Amino acid sequence: MATRFTLGRVRGLGSAKEGVHHWWMQRASAVALIPLYLWFAFSVTALAGAPHAALLAWVGAPVNAVLLIALIAANFYHGHLGLQVVFEDYVPHEGKRLACLLVSQFLSTLFALGGALAVLKIALGG
Amino acid sequence: MVEFTLPANSRVVEGKTYKAPQGAKRVRTFRIYRWNPDDGQNPRMDRFEIDLDDCGPMILDALIKIKNEVDTTLTFRRSCREGICGSCAMNVDGKNNLACLCPIEESSGEVVVRPLPHMHVIKDLVPDTSRLFAQHAMIEPWLKADSPPPPDRERLQSREDRGELDGLWECILCFCCSTSCPSYWWNPDRFLGPAILLQAYRWIADSRDEATGERLDELEDPFRLYRCHTIMACTNACPKGLNPAKAIAEIKKRMILRR
Repeated sequence: MATRFTLGRVRGLGSAKEGVHHWWMQRASAVALIPLYLWFAFSVTALAGAPHAALLAWVGAPVNAVLLIALIAANFYHGHLGLQVVFEDYVPHEGKRLACLLVSQFLSTLFALGGALAVLKIALGG
Repeated sequence: MVEFTLPANSRVVEGKTYKAPQGAKRVRTFRIYRWNPDDGQNPRMDRFEIDLDDCGPMILDALIKIKNEVDTTLTFRRSCREGICGSCAMNVDGKNNLACLCPIEESSGEVVVRPLPHMHVIKDLVPDTSRLFAQHAMIEPWLKADSPPPPDRERLQSREDRGELDGLWECILCFCCSTSCPSYWWNPDRFLGPAILLQAYRWIADSRDEATGERLDELEDPFRLYRCHTIMACTNACPKGLNPAKAIAEIKKRMILRR
């Protein structure tokens, strides 16, 4: 005999009263990434074959540095939000899901900080 | 995480074959999923050869004919045989459908009939729908209003307000959509699934209902609502031509609007 499901069981611990922010930020970061990646792709293509110094000068220019950091931040934020959905979908075990989410969050933050630092070092001449 | 091996007794084996009677001209074979909880055997796919000249036009007619004339132990739900009760929802040729609305002529070759996917099977083609009905009860599918109704008449709606319910009220809770949704397969314990979310939206969209905010509160959850990733399998599956994916999108829109 299959298990009977009761109202109490499907109500569980109740509604978490969140999820809208995640959903909205996933879309907002996706929209932000469209122009950022277009700009990045065009710029890098234009720099193809340029000497190392020219590339450093391009990264160091204030507008480019700001846009690059914005691209890095939006990229890893969007990536983490997407991975969160994957873990919530496919990792049913609560503990393992939490572990996956924490690792994803830590690594995304570290990579984003690392990328931003690299840009800043070039931009500030360090 | 992922289970790579099947639990005992879950491998589907080939079952018996029931031949068509002598002299049958238009023979069609039905491969039907059989499982009996009481005999300890694996599920099996039985073959029934049916003479279409002596059978009604729909898949359900063939199932009833098999139950009446070939194997009385074949178990399935049916009631109205005209697509309004939602009882005979099953998987026909790989697509969730109502057996009573599904012409035999539309399938070529063998007709493969299985229970709705990813559900506990009670017997043969009968799935356990108790979780879905418990989830339906959870969204409190009735009109909730604090203001008393007018003393001399019902709570009236304008034609436009009533029009908002078109495409929602027609749902017969057959659960073809929910059981075709991969997100519901992976998280049926916490995701409500397309059928229940469409029902929830039916009350959110009702101009006479005064509990819209509470209803949205109950749905605002990463699992209850936001497991929907717009896969659209629900809309593809609905035998009544409804669009649960749109109803879910409308709920998400209201979640944004009230921020």
